[in-house]
Amino acid sequence: MTALTDQLALGLNSPICLTWEWTYACDLQCVHCLSSSGRRDPMELTTDEMKSIVDQLAEMQVFYVNIGGGEPMLRPDFFEVVEYCVERGVGVKFSTNGGRINSENARRLAAMDYVDIQISLDGVDPETNDAIRGDGSYSRVRTAMDHLRAAGFGPFKLSVVMTRENISQVDAYHALAAEYGAELRLTRFRPSGRGIDTWHDLHPTSAQQIELYNWLLAHPDVLTGDSFFHLSALGEPLPGLNLCGAGRVVCLIDPVGDVYACPFVLHDHFKAGSVRDDGGFARVWRSSDLFTELREPSNPGACGSCGSYDACGGGCMAAKFFTGLPLDAPDPECVFGHGETALAELEASGGAVRPSVSHDHSKPITHPNGVGKRRIPLSIVDR
Amino acid sequence: MNAPFDADRHWRLHERVALRPEPFGALAYHYDNRRLTFLRSPDLVALVESLSDQPSARAAFDAAGLAPGRWPAFEKALGSLAAGDFLVMEDAA
Repeated sequence: MTALTDQLALGLNSPICLTWEWTYACDLQCVHCLSSSGRRDPMELTTDEMKSIVDQLAEMQVFYVNIGGGEPMLRPDFFEVVEYCVERGVGVKFSTNGGRINSENARRLAAMDYVDIQISLDGVDPETNDAIRGDGSYSRVRTAMDHLRAAGFGPFKLSVVMTRENISQVDAYHALAAEYGAELRLTRFRPSGRGIDTWHDLHPTSAQQIELYNWLLAHPDVLTGDSFFHLSALGEPLPGLNLCGAGRVVCLIDPVGDVYACPFVLHDHFKAGSVRDDGGFARVWRSSDLFTELREPSNPGACGSCGSYDACGGGCMAAKFFTGLPLDAPDPECVFGHGETALAELEASGGAVRPSVSHDHSKPITHPNGVGKRRIPLSIVDR
Repeated sequence: MNAPFDADRHWRLHERVALRPEPFGALAYHYDNRRLTFLRSPDLVALVESLSDQPSARAAFDAAGLAPGRWPAFEKALGSLAAGDFLVMEDAA
């Protein structure tokens, strides 16, 4: 760690990277959805509450927010709140499945200053993509990309979650992004949300991870949202801060206003408070018990004797938590295999209890994907 | 390629850059190129904020009371801010 990352670990006046999910409603049912989205929550924030949060963020000098969901464009006030953000100097980067990007909306977005779009695609062909995101989603997202290009939106971001099935296609994603004048963004598949059940079969193998690490070093133009910092233990650090920013530099506000330590830990265990509480978001960020605790020096635990702890910091808290590992265990995808060993030991001792989703919004429907008519993993529906 | 930082010129913070005070110094955000960068010490923040009032970066080092031994490090930091367009040169007029 550098002196700067040491200081960042102690916490900041305001987050650097704030994810704000606008709705749990989604017309897709991706098998890796980190927020188990599907149905809107009746307690979701009202338009006035949303604007009040924007005011708070502007006051705290949060320069931009990453809007997600669910599918944020399904909110009827989507454009109204986006425009309000821009007006208040809070830039917007929003993640979308593209379903609502028709030609009219593409032109509307292109005309707005200070709005970035991340469009999600998880395969370079319908077969690979639709197995993750659902039948028909590939052609739909390509149509959305065509609309953005036709509207002259500019360099949007093409965002791909790396899985065992699609990681071999990185060059093709790179080419596809270039074809659209877009930027490529690759992110790590965490075992969060519906990923709790699908991660074990779909996360990249250790050989694939090493290939990805080398590929990322050779392609510094590719964005990663700092998500592969666990791979920095392989040697040369990847670009970025290379630290777990949970509650330190990042956090998440969910559609009902609850504040979590990071986008990948939507679980009661990592809930710091609510923007609806007295003192609003600033108070949760600056003085909640959970965030205060996360800003204390972390214990290297089982990683203490590893010479690479300074490089990877023990990896991703969410990945450990949702695979049932203690938070001071190695990352389940530790590049030296320590995580696999820890998981195997856990399994052997009969103690592999994986947390379930605290607030599941999945639709209890058959996944439209043709492969064996696989059902949405109902075991994670806990209410 | 950006030219090397010229500490004899008059510099100022780009008008579309915002500084947010933080315990380590400040976070700088550029609303045009959407880059985010860290000003890694309170001294650097004070220096950057004083640039526009001084005829040159070197004069700002002096006015800020920075020991000459530290000037090269600050020159380097300002150079990287200038390379990211966070700092702009005032017209020589």
